[in-house]
Formats: sequence, structure tokens, C-alpha cells
Amino acid sequence: MPSTHDWINDPLGVVEGMFAASQSNPNSGWEARAVEFFKDRLKEKDAHTLVPSLNDIPMHYLKPNSLVKFRCFIQDMFDPEFYMGVYETVDPATQAKTLRCGKYKDVTECGVDFNSKNTVTAERQTFYCVPIPGENPWVKEISSACKRPHRIALYAAGIREMYANSSQARVVPSTSYVPSRQKRSYEEDDDMDTQPQKQREAHAGPQSPTEHHGNGDCKRQETEAPSSQTTSASHLDLNFPLPGEKGPSCLVKVYEDWDSFKLNDMLEVYGILSVSPALSALADEKDASSSLLDPTECMETAEEQRVHCPPASLVPRLHMLYAKQLQHNNPLLPSAATSEDNSAFLASTLSEMPSVREELLAYLTHVLLGDALAAEYLILHLISNVYVRRDVLPLGKFTLNMSGCPTVASYTERLYQIIQQLVPSSHYLGMSLQNMNQMRLVPKKDYVANRLVSGALQLAKNTSLYLDETQLEQGQLDTTGVRNVTALGNLISWQKVDYDFNYHQMEFPCNINVLIASEGRSLLPSDCQIHLQTQVAPSHLEEYLSTMHMLSQASSQLNKFRIYLSVARLLDYSISDEVTKSVEDDFVDMRKDDPQSISAEDLHRMLVVARLLSLSQGQTSLSRDSWLRAKHIEALRRSRMEQHKCVNGNEP
Amino acid sequence: MDPSTKSAMSSPASTPGGRKRGRNTNPPTPSSEDPTSPPSQRRRGQDSSTGDLMPMPTSPATDMLSPAAPQDTSLLSSPRPSVPPNEVDMSSPLMYGTPSSRIEGTPRSGVRGTPARQRPDLGSVRKAPQVDLHSEPPSTDGAVASESNAGQRLVIWGTDVNVGTCKEKFQRFLQRFVDPTSTEDENAGLDLNEPLYMQKLEEISVVGDPVMNVNCRHVQSFDADLYRQLICYPQEVIPTFDMAVNELFFERFPDSFLEYQIQVRPYNALKTKSMRSLNPEDIDQLITISGMVIRTSQLIPEMQEAFFQCQVCAYSTRVEVDRGRIAEPAVCRHCNTTHSLALIHNRSVFSDKQMIKIQESPEDMPAGQTPHTTIVYAHNDLVDKVQPGDRVNITGIYRAVPMRVNPRQSNVKSVYKTHIDAIHFRKTDEKRLHGLDEEAEQKLFTEDRVQTLKELAAKPDVYERLSSALAPSIYEHEDIKKGILLQLFGGTRKDFSQTGRGNFRAEVNILLCGDPGTSKSQLLQYVYNLVPRGQYTSGKGSSAVGLTAYVMKDPETRQLVLQTGALVLSDNGICCIDEFDKMSDNTRSVLHEVMEQQTLSIAKAGIICQLNARTAVLAAANPVESQWNPKKTTIENIQLPHTLLSRFDLIFLMLDPQDEAYDRRLAHHLVSLYYQTEEQMEEEFLDMAVLKDYIAYARTYINPRLSEEASQALIEAYVDMRKIGSGRGMVSAYPRQLESLIRLAEAHAKVRFSEKVETIDVEEAKRLHREALKQSATDPRTGFVDISILTTGMSATARKRKEEVAQALKKLIQAKGKTPAMKYQQLLDDLRGQSETAITKELFDEALRALADEDYLTITAETPEFVHLQLEPE
Repeated sequence: MPSTHDWINDPLGVVEGMFAASQSNPNSGWEARAVEFFKDRLKEKDAHTLVPSLNDIPMHYLKPNSLVKFRCFIQDMFDPEFYMGVYETVDPATQAKTLRCGKYKDVTECGVDFNSKNTVTAERQTFYCVPIPGENPWVKEISSACKRPHRIALYAAGIREMYANSSQARVVPSTSYVPSRQKRSYEEDDDMDTQPQKQREAHAGPQSPTEHHGNGDCKRQETEAPSSQTTSASHLDLNFPLPGEKGPSCLVKVYEDWDSFKLNDMLEVYGILSVSPALSALADEKDASSSLLDPTECMETAEEQRVHCPPASLVPRLHMLYAKQLQHNNPLLPSAATSEDNSAFLASTLSEMPSVREELLAYLTHVLLGDALAAEYLILHLISNVYVRRDVLPLGKFTLNMSGCPTVASYTERLYQIIQQLVPSSHYLGMSLQNMNQMRLVPKKDYVANRLVSGALQLAKNTSLYLDETQLEQGQLDTTGVRNVTALGNLISWQKVDYDFNYHQMEFPCNINVLIASEGRSLLPSDCQIHLQTQVAPSHLEEYLSTMHMLSQASSQLNKFRIYLSVARLLDYSISDEVTKSVEDDFVDMRKDDPQSISAEDLHRMLVVARLLSLSQGQTSLSRDSWLRAKHIEALRRSRMEQHKCVNGNEP
Repeated sequence: MDPSTKSAMSSPASTPGGRKRGRNTNPPTPSSEDPTSPPSQRRRGQDSSTGDLMPMPTSPATDMLSPAAPQDTSLLSSPRPSVPPNEVDMSSPLMYGTPSSRIEGTPRSGVRGTPARQRPDLGSVRKAPQVDLHSEPPSTDGAVASESNAGQRLVIWGTDVNVGTCKEKFQRFLQRFVDPTSTEDENAGLDLNEPLYMQKLEEISVVGDPVMNVNCRHVQSFDADLYRQLICYPQEVIPTFDMAVNELFFERFPDSFLEYQIQVRPYNALKTKSMRSLNPEDIDQLITISGMVIRTSQLIPEMQEAFFQCQVCAYSTRVEVDRGRIAEPAVCRHCNTTHSLALIHNRSVFSDKQMIKIQESPEDMPAGQTPHTTIVYAHNDLVDKVQPGDRVNITGIYRAVPMRVNPRQSNVKSVYKTHIDAIHFRKTDEKRLHGLDEEAEQKLFTEDRVQTLKELAAKPDVYERLSSALAPSIYEHEDIKKGILLQLFGGTRKDFSQTGRGNFRAEVNILLCGDPGTSKSQLLQYVYNLVPRGQYTSGKGSSAVGLTAYVMKDPETRQLVLQTGALVLSDNGICCIDEFDKMSDNTRSVLHEVMEQQTLSIAKAGIICQLNARTAVLAAANPVESQWNPKKTTIENIQLPHTLLSRFDLIFLMLDPQDEAYDRRLAHHLVSLYYQTEEQMEEEFLDMAVLKDYIAYARTYINPRLSEEASQALIEAYVDMRKIGSGRGMVSAYPRQLESLIRLAEAHAKVRFSEKVETIDVEEAKRLHREALKQSATDPRTGFVDISILTTGMSATARKRKEEVAQALKKLIQAKGKTPAMKYQQLLDDLRGQSETAITKELFDEALRALADEDYLTITAETPEFVHLQLEPE
């Protein structure tokens, strides 16, 4: 059996070993066994932390053909491709034939016999994966640090040595320190590699230092040099859903069960990294000889070529051995690999939840300028989640419209920064006229390049989308603008985005928490509107905000909040028959008194509020108390709404 | 010099193909066994190496290839110096079987100058040698060589196809196949009891279009083995078919003239696949897939035959392209100069080729995934047969080609490129242009499915079942759901164009209006998701252009292109329009034509046309005052022109019922919505799929007609409706209402899978229609149903009342004598004092205006309180 060291550094060796062993026994099912082998290995304690992550480590530090992991988001699915699963090579000198395995590889060995009868054609699928859009800096920081606790020291000493030692000649030490770049024969740009670090650095400013702060510092030092010479890879559009995103994108080759993956899934992929320069060279050569009338080549446009076969140094290939679907991307929680573990963890946090909730409520009240009711609703919004769909109706969504936001001192942006620190992924969308008229929100299929051009609404589940309507000024929306506003409206009402496939539209369900900050009532629909009642005089706002920011530095508390919010979302929930009955009675009574006061829609909302309220307290079933409390805060909110009824003409 | 020549020659994969397999009769040639050969697991076409570097030799070949010469002969007689002669014969393309068959088989005189056209769609077929099944593999060559004993056992290398038998079988098929039940429109006008394909041959002889489409299903039903061979070895079998057809044709019609020899184009391979299910096993097989064309390339001229001329002695030679490569002759055969031959482009032969990209149809796709695309090559006359946006069924050969070897590299990308060589296109949406025959749509239901659907239809409460399966998350509103259900099924299409009346609308239009927040939009969303050809738009965001069609200039071609909008796109489907009331008048006016004539006329930028828009409209409107005012009529509440309203068959009000029992049920329903388990959800989802199929089946196969009783019942119902009103001097029904009733009754019969509209259908139609009327056309003043609210915008009582007041006012003014001017307020007070019923200010104003219209008086100055009335001199 190969040693631990081997299966990470030389997974292909393991695969080939199994392949060779299977030759005597054709029905051994070696492919399944190979996958099984890696799965078992990864199950071992902490084994998965040994695997280097593409998210954290610049690509040029990674050894080609080694096992890596990648926390990613499926942005596009390419067409399936056929490859040589098994092929035969002929040694030109000795004429000896060897049977070889083509699985998990991009490039064949020399001297392929194309007419061998032993050739087996197999099929695999390619996904274009990007890092999870809108993933907040703290997630990256923590996951790169805490998943490799024993490496922190090493990291500081220079991770480069560690990888360089174990790898072969190709891995050049950090290119930023190598003056003679032109020596290399192929295009192996490191521009992209250094960008994640750069970004991390950029975000590090307002960032609260984490417990693993020591490591962050060193990293920053290390990246200072390369950060000056980035930004030349822009000729290749890596198609990130959100503008300004950076990070490695990857072509993930999937060998089995590809139907189980869906667009916009979050995955942690364990696979074999392939950055063979041959791939880039092939692409180069194509450009030069594009005038050739070769039937196999004129079928692809140059754009398509560029998209589907980008240089491997920019977009590495990852041959998937094993992938797990991520329920969340909060690094502070155990990922849901083994459900028993997970439920134990959930149970342990349940008891603490009410107290954390109090703290969070106090904190948010402070942030929301002393408005406790708004803070309560904000918590409910942050833990909301579409848990089921009844025909077209998504249940559990809770889009919050926070009206009455002060427009001074860029309050809305400050508020976003607070939210950004609490949730794993989020995105700020300033709804300025320019943005609405120019941004591409809805993904669109580009048939020339044959890819899905991403848009800002292509987000992973449970991403917080923060719409800042205070940025909107008077003016005219053009066609794109109208389409964008409609798309946002659809997203909020139905939790779906209609991707534009030119000849038709395709509906992709999504699960995005939308928070709208506005002055008056928003022009977009929402499930719930709360008008902010500030306890702070506008003149003191500036001062107040500056002190507010200080509070967030307490990192352990922040981590508690982060865990709390993610856990509350993962809990199960039920309503007992008893409570059902009393809720029904309540509804009938309320209607009896004043039928205008409560409609079916109100009941819908109250049920959601009650659900979220229970979950926020760590209760997994609805109690009478929670129901009454839900009724109570709804009544408070409604009474507040009355006062602001006629703010603008957007009422239906 | 052709560049590809170079690359072929410099190919590093220089393992000679022949040698490996121990074919020692073959001289080891520096081969071009490069990765252009198909990666199929079968071995085939190995000795292509011989053809690559050796030019097609000598003069016979040259003049044979001149357009007048039959190609078969030329190929047969091409001796290759490097290869033993006996093998050469066998490896030539159209040389099949025994010598005798060669002599007789070639349509001797028959070809009569008819050139064979190359079939690039089949790829290079000419290198397929035959082997004797019963001989030992090593002696293969010998067995083939000995022509004398090569009898029926000869098969093409790598297949089990024996050319002679195959040809014979196909000819028998052509001569005998009869399909008395054929419904295909291609066969229209043919005698179904005569051999089908012989009639087609006759057609070819008359029309002169040398293409023979063969339905694979026919082949299968005639000879399953032949069909299997056709599917598995199309590259070998189709040329055999070609040969068979040509022999037969020229035998029967020896005098006819064709531009080319007839080509056989099989279609409808039963192994029809969705793009998603294509896998490596399908390589080199005949497949039929459906999809949507998303891109077509420009025409690519592909060299079929290169013309070389010696620079020294002007000796010329021709080389055929083999799998995309041309082997440049290294030595001039005439003067023996090396490297003296140059390619003469304009004397080479090219064929047309086009790259087409096909994308999966949205219906075949699993949720949450992106559609796959496939590349298709069309050759010769199939070029430009399809346009982007067309839905097509493509029959062709699935190919996989390895990535090209890079001369600078020794290893290869281990990925194949796949494409389909198209043999036959069939547009699936072409039908919609011509007629209403949807049978060709062939939405396939499995026997089981049909059985389940029929069982469901046989249940007495199927109507209720289906309506409750519709949008289960929306509570109650039973009648509205029933209305929508009938809309989904639609009436029967009737064509009266011969009598000049044109098409009768078969679609049911429904308007939902009511309080905001009564899940109208949700219903619309549900319907939109349920029907395959549904469109959802919001009145607020759509313009008339977005609904109908607009003309656009294509940025590339500068051509004017007609882009269709939601209404046209939902032809044969349902167009859901939300916020109908917020639509601009301009936009709404477009709907007038669509909702009655079911067409859209466009006259824009020089394009004048009429498009079909046979769409049912499901619209939702909010009341103007945000809350429904029960004291007002429908028209007043939603402020839509009555001309438009009268085009809706059913207008429903969705109001809050406000009663306790209802509240309780509603609460229960909603709460259960929030805690139901996954399994219950599953069940429901299944229901939706069944519902979808049920509707699709009924729409396709059931065309109910009115029975005698039903028409009597309809007449009675109509007469009754007219009677109701006539007693009070109102008209309560118009012919439009009768038409609505008919449509609804037909739809209801469809729900029952009944081919006949019976009395119960009429009863339900009447009931539903009455319900809808009761809700929307009840005169709030009298409580009676008054259709004129919808047809004229004003109830008959209101109109009567207005006239009465005007008369009273006139009398009052006359009684006052000859005053030249009067005060508004005083007049109102006087009138109020005189009248026993309350007179509102609006009523008074209207009466004044009515009198002004009669020129009885003029209103001079108008302020809220004070109006001078100028009486006209009488």
C-alpha cells in the first residue's frame, strides 16, 4: 500500500498501480476501488487538512499532479468530452507495446497507437469552477489558517520551501523573486496566482484580526513583492459572477455521477492538479495556425478556444477524485461531511443559542442606532433560508426592506461592512442608476464563446445580497435597467433567476437572502418592511458610527455570532398539531374582529416570522410562546408602518 | 502547397498502420496514421496508409474523373503500383462483392453520364476492404484476393456487412415495402397500398431531385437485421443503399436524366437520443437527435480533390482528399522530377460544408444544469437548410476525432473532438407554419403512461381531481382553477377559412381581477411553469413591441430581422400577463387583434406580415383603488376598455371571502404548507408531471365535436341567457358568449378524453360561465347579472337611470321658463327636491352633459360651485 505521503504527492501513482494490478483481472472494478481508496484516506482523522488547498496556496507553490482540494462554485458546465480511457503506446525503439491508463490525465504519453484495439474511449464532464462568489475575507482567512493548524509555523518560515522540496524541477520558487522569467519556454504566468493574496491583503485593513493573526502578518510580508507586478492577466476573462473578484478558477473534470451536480452548487473538490504546459502550448499553436483548413479545428471560434482551453497556468485542470457538496461555507463549523458529527455539534451549540442571541441582539441594536425591533428583524433575516418549494412558491424566504436608513455618513455602507463580518458570503449592490443600467445581473449564454457569461445574480445559496437603494437617484432606466430591476423583483418574489439563453430563458432556482436598505419604501417587493427608528440624533451620527466600529474588534464574540447564524440556518423545524390548532384559532379570531387587519399574506409572513424566531432561539419546534412573540413583534412593526404609510407612491 | 499536406507528412506518429497488424503484403509506408482516424473500439480502415502518399495514378483515372465519367468505373480501374493488384480492387470504395456483381451491378448504361456525387457526410468510405468471415485472420488478404471463391461470405472489414446481400435486401425493401397506415405528410398524394418507395422513385424521375429519404422505422419493420446493420455501420451500408437505389432507378427509368446519382438519406433512426445520452458507444453509428440550432457558420469550401501540376513538364494529376488530408505527390510521374508538383486551386474540386451548432431543447433538460451543445456538419445541399432558432431532428453519424498532434510535441491531448455528420434534417417546428396537424409533433407517451392517463380520465371525478391538482398551494378558488384548467385544455380548432370566416378562436381567455395579495400572480406563475409554451410578462414592464414583434437590424449582415415578442412566442400556449391594468393603452390595443383573430399584423420597416398568435391569454388585474370597491362595476373597478373585456371568456373576481369557516380552512391550509414533510411534497410533484402529460395528451389527441343533444343544450342555454335580460329590457348575452360556451364545453369534453361534447359538458360550461358572470357582471345597483357591463361598459339600469334624470332635468328647465342662464347649485337642489330618488352630483353632471350633447343647453363657465347654463334658443 502506498504511504500517506504518496497518496497526496503522487495520486496518479496510486491510480496507475491499481490500473496495472487490474490488468490480470478485467472485472476487478479498479476505478471504483481507486475512488474508494482516496475517500477512505480522506476520512482518516485530519487527513483532509493535509491536502493543500487551491484557495489558499498560490498555484505555483503546488506540485503538479498532486492531490489538492478546492472550495468552489460551479459557474458553468461545458459539454461532455470523450477521452482515451485506456490506450496503448509503442516504444519507437523496441516496438514494445504498453497499455496505459488515461484517466485523471489531460495528456497522453508519447507514441500513442491510435489504432490499437485495446483503446477504450470514455466520457467525462467538465465544470468551470470559480471560488465561491462573495466569500468574505474572514472566511478565507480562517479556512486557510485553522484547517492547517500544524502548518502555521511552517507557513511563516516560507511555504515555498516545503513545496519546492517535495516537487520536481518544474516548480520554480516564487517567481516574484526570480529575475529570469524569460527562461521558461511556455507561458506560465503567475499573475493570477498571487492575486488571492493581494486581495486578502486589500481586505485586511478594516479587518478584525483573528485568533490566528500571527500567520496573517507573515503572509502579508511575503506577498508584498509580487503584488506590485500583478494585473496583466486581464486579457482572459475568468468570468467571475461578481465584479472585482479574484482567485483561481479551475476546469474540474468529473468522471462519474456528474448528473448529481447542479449549476451554482458549492463544492469541495479533491482532485489531481494538472497544469501541464502542453495544454497551453496546444492553445498557442492553434492561434498560429488558425488559417488551416483542418476539419477538426475550424469548428471552434477563437473565443471558444480561449474559453474552453485557457492556458493551464491561469486556469488549472483539476481531475476530480472525490467531491462533497457544501451546505455552507462557514469555516468555523464542521462541514457536513459526516452527519453524525454535525448533529452532535449542532446539539452542543443549541443550549448556548439564546444567550448568543441576546448578545447579537444587543450588538445589532447598537449598530442599528438603538432600534431593537429592527435588530430583531435583522437577525431573522440573516438566518432565513428557502427550505422547501411548494410548486412555484419558495417557503422560508424573508426579504427584509429596511426603510428609513439615514443617508448621512455613508451609513448603509457601514451597515454592510458589519453584515459582511457576520455572514460567510455577501455582496453589496449599490442600486445607482448607472449600476442598474450597466451592470449585468442575469447570466447570459454567449454562443460565440460557448459559455455562460456570469452575472451578479449567479450566487451560491445563502449568500447575502445587500441592495443599497439609497444610492438610487431620479433618472431614466433604460432597457437593461428595466430588465435588471425585473430580475431583482423576480429574485425576491420567487427566488429564481431566468438565465438568458438567447433563444429561450431558463429558470434557475436560487436561495439568496436579499436585504434592501432604502430611505422610503423600496420600489422592489419585499416580504417584510421595517422602518428604522433611530435613537441617535443626526448630528451625533458621525460620532456614533466611529465608536460603533470599534466594538467589532472583539473577535471571539464575532466568531460566536458567525457560528450562531450559520447553525440557526441548519436546524430542523416542525410544528406540532396542538400549536397548529391554536394558530388556526388565532387567525380566525383575528379575522373575526377585523377582517381587514389580517390577510392570508399576513398569515404567511407570521408563520415565517414564528419559524425564524423559534430557530433563532435554538428551538426546533414552534411553541405557543414563540407564536405569541411573533404576533407581538409583527404588531409592533405594523404599528410603525402605519406612521410611514404614505411615504411614496409605491404602494400597490 | 497545402499546409495540411505538410503537417500530415511531418506527423510524428509515424507508426505505420499496416505493419503492426502483420499485413506483410503491404510495403511499409511512412504512414499518416495520425489521429484523424475514428477512435472507435472497432478496427476499420487500417490500410488507408496506402492511399495517402500514393497519388491516384495514371491517365485512366484522370479522364474518368472528368464529370461525365461514372465514378465507379474510375475507381475500380485504378491500379496502384505499390500494392498487389488484387488487393487494390477490394479496397476501392464502391467495389463490392464478386466480379460478376461488379459488371452487372454497375448500372451499366444506366448511369448514362450521371455523375455520382461525393458523400462527404459519410466520410471516407473508400478504404474499406472486405474480408471473408470464414477464413483465418492472417490469410485475410489472400482470401479476398482470390476473387473466384469470394462469394456471399465476403464482408466489409470490421463489420458483418456483406455488400451483395445488403444490396439485395434493400432492393427488396424498396420494391415491396408498403405502409398502409402512413400518416407522414411527405407521403401525401401517394397510394398507400402500393410500394411506398417505388412511388418515391417515380417522383424522383419526374421531379429530378436525386434524394431519397428513407424512414428507418420502415426498414426496421421490414428487415430488422438490415436495420441493425444500417445503424451500426452507416458508413458502409448507406453507399450500398445508394448503389441499390441507382441500379433500381436506372432499370426502371432508363431514359430519365438526373443531375447526380440518387443519394439515400435515412432518417428517424429509432435509437433517437437526447443529446445528453450520447456516449462513446454511439461513435460511428447512425443516430437521430433533436435539438435547437443556435449557430451556423459561413459556408466552408472543403477540398474534395486536389489538382496538382508539375512545374517542370506541366503534367497534371489529381489526388483525392482522404480524411481531411491530401497526400502531395512527391515525384512527378511523367518527368520524375522530385517536389515539382504545385497545387492549382481553381482546378481542384471543392464541396460545400457548414458547421452548425445544436443545443439541447429546453424541454429535455434536467433542472439545474446547463444545456449541452453538439457540433454538426452539413454537407452539399444540406448547407443552409436550417437557421439559428430552428428546432430540428438530425440524423447523422456520430464522430469522434482525436485532437491534432502537435508537431513540436510528442504527447497528445487525450481528448477527442466529437461532431455529427448530418445526413438528414427534419425541422420539428415547420408544421406550425403550415397547419394544425400536431400529430407529427410525436410527443411520445409510453404505453404505460397512456394507460395511466386513460384510467385517470375514466374516473368520474377527474375534473375535480385535476382542478385540485392545479396550484395546490393556492387555497380554494375552485371555480377559478376550473376555469384555468379548461383554458389549459382549450377548445377544438375549427377552420372556416373556406367559407370566408377564417379560423375560430379555440383558446379560452381568462381575466382575474381582485384585491392585491390574493395570489393572482402565483396562479399565473404556476400556469406559466406548467405549460411547455408559456410566456410570462408583466403589464408594467412590457411595451407593445415586447409583446408583439419588432424589427431589428442584424449587426453583422445588416439584414432586417423580425424578432418576435411574448404573444407570438406563446403561439399554441398560454401568455400570462400580470398587472394587466398597468399596461399602456397603446400596448393593450395590440391585444384586440390577438384575442379574437389570433393573429398579429405587423407593418414595420418595410416588413408587412401576419403572424400566428394562437395563444390563450391569462391576465391578472388589480382594481384601480387598490381595494375592490363592491359598489362599483367591474369596468369601473379596473378601468379597462370594455372592448377588451368582452374578449375574455371568463372574468373572475378573486376577493377575500371573509367568513369564519373559510378562514379556518385557509389557516389550516397555510400552516400545513409550512410543516409538510418531504414525502408529501414528492407526491405532489408527481401530480404535476401527470397533469402536464394529461394536458399534453388531451391537447394532441382529443378533438371533441358537438353532439346533437349538446348543440340543442347550447342553443337553449343561449336563448335562456338572452331571455333573462329581455324581461328587464337588457341584453344579457351576445354571440360572443355563445362562442365562449362552446369553447368551454369542448374543453370540458377534452378533460374527460371524450371525442364528443355531451350535455354534461354544456352544463358545466354554463355553470362556470354563469359563476364568472355572477362575479364580474353583476350590476351593483340592482344585483342582477348584466352582460352589458362588460360589453358596453355600463349597465343597462345605469343607462336608463341617466336618461331618466336627463329628462327630469329638461322638464325642470322647461318649467322655469325662458331664463337665459341658471346657476348650477340651484339647479341641482331643485332637481333633488323634485326627484324621489337620490341624485348624486355625478349623475347630475352626466345629465347636464347629455343635454348639452343634444344642443339643448350650453355650459359656459364651470367652477365647482357655480355654473352658468346658457339655454339654446329653441
